[in-house]
Amino acid sequence: MLESTQLYAIAGIVLFGMGLYALIVFPHLLRKILGMNIMGTGVFMVFVAIGYRGLDELPDPVPHALVITGIVVAVCATGLALALATQIGIKTGTARLTPDVEEDDGS
Amino acid sequence: MTWVNTLPLLLVLSSLVPGLIIFALKEKRHRTIRISLNVLGALLKFFWIYLIIRSLDTGLLIETRLPLLPQFDLVLRADNLSILFVILSAVLWLVTTLYAIGYLEDSPHRSRFFGFFSLCVSATMGIALAGNLLTFFIFYELLTICTYPLVVHWGTKEALHGGRTYLIYTLGGGAVLLTAIIWLHVLASSSGLSLEFAEKGVLAGSTLLAEHEAAVRLIFFMFIAALGVKTAFVPIHGWLPRAMVAPAPVSALLHAVAVVKAGAFGIVRIVYDLYGIEVAQELDLLGPLLIVACITVIVGSILALFQDDMKKRLAYSTVSQVSYIVIGVALYGPVGSTGGLIHLVNQGVMKITLFFGAGNFAKTVGVYKISKMDGIGRRMPWTMAAFTVGALGMIGVPPTAGFISKWFLGAGALDTGADWVIGVLVLSSLLNAGYFLPILYRGWFKPQQEEWPKNNQYEGRWETHKLLLIPPLITAVFVLLLGVFAGAPIGLLHWVEMIVNLEYR
Amino acid sequence: MVADIAFWLPLIILVPLLAAIGAFLFPRHSFRFAFIGTLVTAAVVFGSTGLLWQDKEVARHAVGGWGAPLGIDMVLDGLSMLMLLLTAVIGLAITSYARGYFLPKNNSSESWHQYNYFWPLWLFLWAALNALFLSGDLFNLYVTLELLGFSAVALTALVRKPAVLKAAMRYLLVSLSGSLMYLLGVVFLYAGYGTLDIALLGAVATNTPELVAAAALITVGLVMKTALFPFHFWLPPAHANAAAPVSALLSALVVKGSFYILLRVWLVALHPLADTFIPQLLSGLGMAAIIWGSLQAMRQTQLKMLVAYSTVAQLGYLFLLIPLLLRGRGDDIAPLAGIVIFLSAHALAKAAAFLSAGNLLYAVGEDRLSSLDGLTRKMPLTLAAFGVAGVSLIALPPSGGFIAKWLMLNVALEHGYWWLMIVVIGGGLMAAVYIMRVMSHLFLEARGHKSDVKPLPLCMSWPPFGLAVLAILLVFTGVLVTDMLVIGAPWLLEVAP
Repeated sequence: MLESTQLYAIAGIVLFGMGLYALIVFPHLLRKILGMNIMGTGVFMVFVAIGYRGLDELPDPVPHALVITGIVVAVCATGLALALATQIGIKTGTARLTPDVEEDDGS
Repeated sequence: MTWVNTLPLLLVLSSLVPGLIIFALKEKRHRTIRISLNVLGALLKFFWIYLIIRSLDTGLLIETRLPLLPQFDLVLRADNLSILFVILSAVLWLVTTLYAIGYLEDSPHRSRFFGFFSLCVSATMGIALAGNLLTFFIFYELLTICTYPLVVHWGTKEALHGGRTYLIYTLGGGAVLLTAIIWLHVLASSSGLSLEFAEKGVLAGSTLLAEHEAAVRLIFFMFIAALGVKTAFVPIHGWLPRAMVAPAPVSALLHAVAVVKAGAFGIVRIVYDLYGIEVAQELDLLGPLLIVACITVIVGSILALFQDDMKKRLAYSTVSQVSYIVIGVALYGPVGSTGGLIHLVNQGVMKITLFFGAGNFAKTVGVYKISKMDGIGRRMPWTMAAFTVGALGMIGVPPTAGFISKWFLGAGALDTGADWVIGVLVLSSLLNAGYFLPILYRGWFKPQQEEWPKNNQYEGRWETHKLLLIPPLITAVFVLLLGVFAGAPIGLLHWVEMIVNLEYR
Repeated sequence: MVADIAFWLPLIILVPLLAAIGAFLFPRHSFRFAFIGTLVTAAVVFGSTGLLWQDKEVARHAVGGWGAPLGIDMVLDGLSMLMLLLTAVIGLAITSYARGYFLPKNNSSESWHQYNYFWPLWLFLWAALNALFLSGDLFNLYVTLELLGFSAVALTALVRKPAVLKAAMRYLLVSLSGSLMYLLGVVFLYAGYGTLDIALLGAVATNTPELVAAAALITVGLVMKTALFPFHFWLPPAHANAAAPVSALLSALVVKGSFYILLRVWLVALHPLADTFIPQLLSGLGMAAIIWGSLQAMRQTQLKMLVAYSTVAQLGYLFLLIPLLLRGRGDDIAPLAGIVIFLSAHALAKAAAFLSAGNLLYAVGEDRLSSLDGLTRKMPLTLAAFGVAGVSLIALPPSGGFIAKWLMLNVALEHGYWWLMIVVIGGGLMAAVYIMRVMSHLFLEARGHKSDVKPLPLCMSWPPFGLAVLAILLVFTGVLVTDMLVIGAPWLLEVAP
């Protein structure tokens, strides 16, 4: 039977994978952004799980500090991504990132 | 660093700095400044050369050394061979600059032209003075970069196309050259050898030969192939006729001094000061080199016969003639080497005369093709006379300079026992006569067939612009002087023999 | 105190940061903040270079008085100093150039938007870069990396056209994926060794599967952000469509930030893995990048796309020597010197190329190669800038690119990696092809062509030329760079007492 920390860590990694998959596969921008958030959450979960030092000891504070920083960064990232997605929605009428990479400059 | 050791650097800078300044000058307003800078650069050069020669006599080592990387220095060294090339370049450059001023009167982009022109001189100085392979390579490629804008100067589609061909050949050669140099460096560093040019060859007597003989052989052929692009060996000569889209002063420059000579000079350095003539002989490297050179001599002359365009005929003639130098290098023996080195100088002076003449015919009366040249001797007698001297020199008629070179080459061939080379020389002289004599005949003896396409008149009722007429006359006189006074105490022969003697003892 | 570098280190980050905040809060004076911020930051960086050169030892500053491993340390060694210097020099050029480029001519709200937001974002980017180069522990690097990414994306999205916005979005998503992968790798490292300080990790790391997993994640994450083949797809659209000064920053500096972290992490923390397959794989991908990027560049018909693909190719060169670098670290500084000189020469030349392209766009209104015909009369300095930059990009002598190439080839062949030699020389020839395509358009005389070429302000014509000339002058700095890199080598950053 797995220890709870290991379970958390594995769950975190699985979330990371799922988020990455969503980021890559779905064309809708909102889904991609959500995927990115889930990736981040996965990483944070693994981090927190690492900080566990046993039932009788206080957990390692370093991962906690880092996770808090990470959450702040993720919030900024999400904000930026949403602002950009909104602009794309306004300018192109759609919120999907079409898979054409070699687009001609629309000037 | 003593003041003597700054001289090589100053020699390179004497054109580099004026060149960079000229780029910033305005076309019309700063015309006098531009001309003065050019002339000043040339005069400074002669002054530095004088100082260097004086110091060379005392046996001093004259060398500028700049560390570029922890184990690699930029080395500019003045020895007899470099000064020979430097003097040739400096004199012919001054003459060509005067010619170019006349030729490009009222053309656009003169500042750009003279800027790159000066940079090319610097690059050539650098090639002449290079003391190791890295320095040689840097200036060799710099020459490629600086000659490109000159080749495409007129900016037409043909010019751009010619320039592109030029770059394909020269950059390709450069890539092979770099590979060979680095390979040799890596092999040498494992035996602790630093690859600086030294008399009798830096590889002579080193353990490198014993350990890596096959590689050293292969590298030699890579060097020859790479340098052979600029030397215009057949079959990598294709860029030279196509580069004729350049203005006449540039063709005169490329063919007499800069690019082809740089290639030939490179081969001289590789054989004498890198490998050493004895080593080259031991490794049987000279035989193939001789064959390639002879093939080029013959094929170049044959191809010249079929050209009607004057500059193209002269281009193929250059292809052929520069390989005489390589024949001289490849003939094992002091006599042959003397012939090759003398021809380095002679061919330059003779060819530049011919190109000046061709440029005059084109610019003054609009004649570009040989078939249209009938009677031109009447209209432009002085130019035609200079052209004749140059042509006779090419054929090898005494007392021109060309005769001296061919004499030594022939004697050198006999010396080595490669008698068949004499056959090549004779055949080539006949071919030269075959494509030069008809031009002379047409120009002097045939009556004029039709109106000249254009007929520019010049003040003082001279046959053409002063600056277009004087340079070819000067160089034609040199052709005669080099021939007549070759054996004089301060003559060319004496100098070349000094160089050769250092190689063979 | 003034002569002690540790005093100046925080300023290197604070000055651009404060200037950025000032420019953001007071849009009316944004350029004034930028101007002063640029000059002061550059002065501090130049001064620190001098001090470091004198002291010849690694400088440390413990933020808040707390030292590693719990606190955050700023560390300055030879490598960081060179990167800071490079950033400062390019920064001076960018500030001057952007002043002319973004200055609104027609009072439209769009141009004022770009002008006002460029300055704070550019200064944030500079602060992020400086912080990145001064960081000594993995998590700080993560934060600065994210800062860098956000500023870069926002700068890209300044031009609010659909194609540009989409390119920016892709850039953002790739960037975030990369940083999160990096972060997961950092987590694994912390799980294994209990420290985030690079130097400490270097002392205790051993070749275990956990280390390999962490290394894989960190490497993939950073490689995505450095646009190494095959993760390069986001770069050409982003770099080509952004405004010219932004493109210059992205190609010259931003991608080099993640590469720098890769270097640091591998040189110190991951050095037990030097003989595994990962460095060889990176080298192989570098070769693929050179070939693919050059081929694509040769096919382009738009100037900025051509230059962007050239970046993809040139980034490949940086990875070629990584296996050699890791084997010989400490004994032989030549591979690192080759990489650093190449990086610097590329940064200077590529910035010059993008700024020149910006000039051409500014003058003519579009950047199709065929519309460049005959521009040499009107804009000789720009033609010269692009040509000179091209010389360094092709790595012809005499240029910084050539010296770097020479060094790389020597190192490669000394260790018997002859295939590297073929790729490098082949890459140079391919670069010659696409650079000369542009040059021949510029040299072509076109009759009766441009009568409506907009004149270029001085602040826009000199920066590209100046940067290009610096790329050439780098050829003389081989010895200086090598001596500077020795400060702090073999890159085991000293553990703070």
